[in-house]
Amino acid sequence: MDLYEHQGKELLRQYGIETLEGIVASSPEEAREAAEKLGGTVAVKAQVLTGGRGKAGGIKVVKSPDEAREAAEAILGMDIRGHTVRRVLVEAGVAIASEMYLSITVDRGAKKALILFSTEGGVDIEEVAEHNPDAIARLHVDPLVGLLPYQVREIVFAAGLEGDTAKGLGRTLTNLYRAFEGSDASLVEINPLVVTEDGRVLALDAKVTVDNSSLYRHEDIAELHDVEAADPQEQRALEVGLQYVKLNGDVGILGNGAGLVMSTLDVVAQAGGEPANFCDVGGGADAEQISTALDIVTSNEQVKSVLFNIFGGITRGDEVARGLLSAIERTGIDLPIVVRLDGTNAEEGRQILAENTPKNVHTEETMLGAAERAVELARNGGR
Amino acid sequence: MAILVDDGTRLLVQGITGREGRFHTGRMIESETKVVAGVTPGKGGGDFEGVPIFDTVHEAARETGANASVIFVPPPFAADAIFESLDSGLSTVCCITEGVPVHDMLKVSDYIKMTEATLIGPNCPGVLSPGKSNVSIMPGDIFLPGNVGVVSRSGTLTYQVVNELTQRGIGQSTAVGIGGDPIIGTDFIEILKKFEADPETGCAVMIGEIGGNAEQLAAEYVQREMQTPVVAYIAGFTAPEGKTMGHAGAIVSGGESTAEAKSEALRRAGIRAATNPSEVAELVAEALGKA
Repeated sequence: MDLYEHQGKELLRQYGIETLEGIVASSPEEAREAAEKLGGTVAVKAQVLTGGRGKAGGIKVVKSPDEAREAAEAILGMDIRGHTVRRVLVEAGVAIASEMYLSITVDRGAKKALILFSTEGGVDIEEVAEHNPDAIARLHVDPLVGLLPYQVREIVFAAGLEGDTAKGLGRTLTNLYRAFEGSDASLVEINPLVVTEDGRVLALDAKVTVDNSSLYRHEDIAELHDVEAADPQEQRALEVGLQYVKLNGDVGILGNGAGLVMSTLDVVAQAGGEPANFCDVGGGADAEQISTALDIVTSNEQVKSVLFNIFGGITRGDEVARGLLSAIERTGIDLPIVVRLDGTNAEEGRQILAENTPKNVHTEETMLGAAERAVELARNGGR
Repeated sequence: MAILVDDGTRLLVQGITGREGRFHTGRMIESETKVVAGVTPGKGGGDFEGVPIFDTVHEAARETGANASVIFVPPPFAADAIFESLDSGLSTVCCITEGVPVHDMLKVSDYIKMTEATLIGPNCPGVLSPGKSNVSIMPGDIFLPGNVGVVSRSGTLTYQVVNELTQRGIGQSTAVGIGGDPIIGTDFIEILKKFEADPETGCAVMIGEIGGNAEQLAAEYVQREMQTPVVAYIAGFTAPEGKTMGHAGAIVSGGESTAEAKSEALRRAGIRAATNPSEVAELVAEALGKA
């Protein structure tokens, strides 16, 4: 789960990392009031769950409350990489001496936490990584031992800082690791981390991603989930434990297991069709979940046929068949549905379908055959 | 031979009394696995289909000589279950549970280096050596004993590929689902090494997907060290691009996480790469000279 900048900063503050004073505003007038309260130069920053907002014009530095209102007017409602801006963060200004980059992420290969630090902050860090890799210090942290003081010193010396500023960076890194561990984050990134002209070390931005699997032990963070920002169907899917992502084609796809569903999407594309969505009912889906999934997939107006590809392991074919039939009965879906069942209890599932086949349900033996059939049915008009 | 599990495997089921535990224990027994013990704290002394249930893994291992475990406990307790198995000296631990916190797995991965044990998963379908032992949730009836080793990050896609192989009359030595989580116990390379060393495995199939760069690392290993022919398949060419906020992930994997990048790396390493599950079986047949 990704946090907005203002939420990420709130979390970092809880761990003792310094940020600038800021106020969240959801209207131009609120932004004006916020600027007035903060006084002087302020930054008006779009709150979106994506990067690249600076380049998209989502950050404006202004000198008066009236200018802040104008900036908010321009930024609110803006579309940044498919994300609509619904709130801005109005933040106090500061005189900056230098900008750095600091992040902690999970290194899948090394199976450890990885600290990345660079004195070349505030810019496109991926570009730095590509063209000047030596400018980025990399440090693995052993999860059982934790971040060691000597590792903090290594980073501080690499930064070439001295005195209070060096201490400030050391403290920030120590606290950032505590935040990373304490909030079960898979990413905490500060870009830029700045040294102000009066020698303070401040987080000017915050990107925090918390591991979804750990949200059960972070109720405070789970509550931050922005229901409004999510696609309504994706949100509904999430609530019943399904993975659903809307795409642009007309063949609705439903399957179990991310790998098989991805493979199904690929095979549909190879058969000349275009997938309308990705929908993984997960392991052990029951009739109810299957029924909800079908409902979500077919609520997309573009869908002309549905491909149901289930290879049961933990998921059982009979449950799938019952879910499918109950969904059809309940919603009266008359779109062509191609079903391919294999694996655990597939025989029972096929039996259930054979006894009650509604006329819009077609069964196929193989995945390729099912994909071809679904593509053909979509091409012939569907609904 | 086979790898990881065989007819010497004496299996203990952690979470044997839960819904999934009961269902899959029954199926593992049906496919002739020696299930010697079950563990559910508080239910010790009972039994499930003749399998004695214990309160702790230590006790169960001591009483029954179990040497492997399979874990069906819910995510908040999964890491603890893994530690319990490791500390009880079991040599193969297979964690089926989906949704184990990543930070829990970071600690487990660190700890396991200090042991001799092999952890498969989490969020995986398990390990199955046809005709010998089934430590998995994989549907046993789609398998056929033979000499193709299968290793995969995905569960159901493994079944799909195995099914395609079996329908062509091509059997398997062992199928291993290593799991799809960011942090897993055992990666492609470690399994491929075992297949390379297994005289019974004449061809290996590697099934990957988008995310991370494990497939690229495996491709380098195959090119450098393996004599056994390898067929690979990557899923996710048309997968929606996940939204990523920060840049640290991209720097770590060097932008190599797409299906295209992975397939390209496989081709560069001279590995036969299939474009769909049926083609995997065709390429395996070719590699085995059975086409």
